[in-house]
Amino acid sequence: MFKAKQPEPVLTDPLVQAVKGTSLWQDAWIRLRKNTFALCGLGVILFLCIIALLTPFIAPYGYEQQNLLLGAAPPSAEHWLGTDIFGRDMLTRIMYGSRVSLMVGFIATGVALLIGVLWGTIAGYAGGRVDAVMMRLVDILYALPFMIFIVLLMVVFGRNILLLFLAIGAVEWLTMARIVRGQVLSLRRQEFVEAAVSLGLSRWTIIRRHLIPNTLGPVIVYTTLTIPSVMLLEAFLSFLGLGIQPPQSSWGLLISYGVETMEEYPWLLLFPGLTLSITLFALNFLGDGLRDALDPRASKN
Amino acid sequence: MFRFILSRLLQAIPVLLVVITATFFLVRAAPGGPFSAEKAVPPEIIKALEARYHLDQPMWQQYFGYLNDLVHGEFGPSFRYPGRTVNELIAGGLPITAELALYAMLVAIIIGVCAGVFAALKPNTPQDYIPMSAAMLGICMPSFLMGPLLVLVFGIWFEWVPVSGWGDLPGDKILPAITLGSGYAAFLARLSRGGMLEVMSQDYIRTARAKGLPEWVVVLKHGLRGGLIPVIAFLGPAFAGLLSGSFVVETIFQIPGLGRFYVQAAFNRDYTMILGTTVFFATLIVLFNLLSDIIAVWINPKLRHQLREGS
Repeated sequence: MFKAKQPEPVLTDPLVQAVKGTSLWQDAWIRLRKNTFALCGLGVILFLCIIALLTPFIAPYGYEQQNLLLGAAPPSAEHWLGTDIFGRDMLTRIMYGSRVSLMVGFIATGVALLIGVLWGTIAGYAGGRVDAVMMRLVDILYALPFMIFIVLLMVVFGRNILLLFLAIGAVEWLTMARIVRGQVLSLRRQEFVEAAVSLGLSRWTIIRRHLIPNTLGPVIVYTTLTIPSVMLLEAFLSFLGLGIQPPQSSWGLLISYGVETMEEYPWLLLFPGLTLSITLFALNFLGDGLRDALDPRASKN
Repeated sequence: MFRFILSRLLQAIPVLLVVITATFFLVRAAPGGPFSAEKAVPPEIIKALEARYHLDQPMWQQYFGYLNDLVHGEFGPSFRYPGRTVNELIAGGLPITAELALYAMLVAIIIGVCAGVFAALKPNTPQDYIPMSAAMLGICMPSFLMGPLLVLVFGIWFEWVPVSGWGDLPGDKILPAITLGSGYAAFLARLSRGGMLEVMSQDYIRTARAKGLPEWVVVLKHGLRGGLIPVIAFLGPAFAGLLSGSFVVETIFQIPGLGRFYVQAAFNRDYTMILGTTVFFATLIVLFNLLSDIIAVWINPKLRHQLREGS
C-alpha cells in the first residue's frame, strides 16, 4: 500500500521559501529596522544631507547678510536661533556650516575608503612578501602621531580645504586597510575564488567582482564610524584656527566664535554645539546599528 | 619576554627616524622663510641670522647636523623667542602638561572603568543603559565643546570654580582635568564593559562562584584581571590623544603647558619650535605605545604563552 506521493514539504512551506529568498542585505535591513536608535540616526543624517544640499535655496537669510543694528539677538520669531554679533542669522550660518562639515566628513572618508580598500585587497590577495611589506608600512604609519602631523601640514602649507581632505583621508585609511586585508585573506581560500581562477578570470576582475563585494559589510560599518571621527577632526582643527578659514564656515569655526562670546551670548555656542553633537550621536548610533545588523559576531564584544 | 621588548624597541627606531625625517623636510619645505617678517630686514642681517641657524648650509648637512643635535638631546634654538632654546620651552611646559594629563587619566580611569564594570554586571538593564548612554554623550561631546560648556555653567553661572589658569587659584585644575578626561572616560567605559561581559561568561568565573566566593571577590579579583586587558591596550593610543587634546584644553583654560606652546608656535610659524616639539611628542607617543604593548603582554597569560610558542 503506497500513499500517494506527496510533494516535497520544503518547497511548499511559505516560511522556508521566505527564508530562502533573504539575501545578506535584506537580512541586515530587517535587523536594522528593529533598531530604533539606528533608524533615528539614519533619519537625522538623511534630513541633514537634504538640508545641506538645499541650503542655497531654503536658507532664510543671506549668508553674509549683516544687521549691525540688531547685533547679537537671542532666538526670536524672525531669527529662530538668534543672531551673532554682526546680526547675521545663526540658523543660516549653521546651515551653510553643515555643507562644509558634511562635505569634509564624506569626502575625507571617501579618500580613506578608496586607499584603504585597494591597499587591503591587494595586500591580502597578493600575500607573501608583498603582503608583509605592505602591512609593515601600515604598522609604521600607525605608530606615527598623525594628529600632530595634520597640525603641522596645515601650518606649513596653509589652511587649504583640499589639503585638509587629503590629510584626514590619509590618516583614516590605515584601519580600513587592516580590516579589508583580514577579510580578503580568509576569502581567497574559498571555493568561489578558486572557481573564478579556474575560469581564467584576470586577477583584477577577481578582485573587483568577487573579493571587494564580499568585504563590503565590515567596510560599510567602519565607514559609518569613520565619518563622525573625521568630522570631529575637522571641527577640532577649525576650532584651533587651523582648519576651515572664514568667510567659509563650519561647525567647528562657529563653536570657536561662540566660545569667545559665550558669557554674554550663550546661544552662539549652544546651537552650533548642539548641532554638531546631534550629528555625531546620529552617526555613531547608525554605525553601531549597522554593525549589529551586518556583522552580528563582531557586536558581541 | 626580553626578546619581545628588544624587538619592539628595534621596531621603534625606524618609526622615529621616519617621524624626524618627515617633520624636518616638511618644515624646511614650508613656503616663506622663518624670518619673513612684516618689516623688511636688511640682507646682511638675514645672512647673519641664517648663519646663526645654519640655514646657509646644504640641506643634507642641516639634516645630519639636526640628527646629531637630537642624539645629544638638543632640540635647537627657538626662532621667535630669541635666546631661548626649544629645550627650555619644553622643560617649562612639560611638567604642567604631564600633571594635566595625569589628572585627566585618573578621571578617565576611575569614572570610565567603574561605569563600564558596573554596566557589565547587569547587561541590558537600566544599570547598563544609563552609564552607557552617558558614555555615548561623552564620545559625541568633543573637548572643545565640553570645556567651554563646563566653564559657562560651573565657572560663570554658578561661580564654583575659577574659569582659567593653572595652580593660581584653588580648584582651577578641576575643570581642565574633567574636560580632558571625560572623552577617555567614555571610551574606557565602553571598552571595560565589553571586556567584562566577555570575561564574566567564562568557565573560570563559574568555578570561582561554585567555590562559594562572595560576588565582589569574583568580580574584583577574577573578573577585572581579564576584563581590563582591552583597557590596558588602549592606554598607549589614549596617551597620544591626551597630548593632542591638551592643545585644546590648554588653549581654552589658558594653561601655560606644551600644548599651548605648540599651537602658538604653529601660529607664529616658529619652525624650530614646531620641529622640536613634534619630534619630542612623537618620541613620547612611540614610547608609550611600546610601554602599553609590553604591559599588555605582561598581564595577559595568553599573549605571554603565544610569545613563548612563537620564539
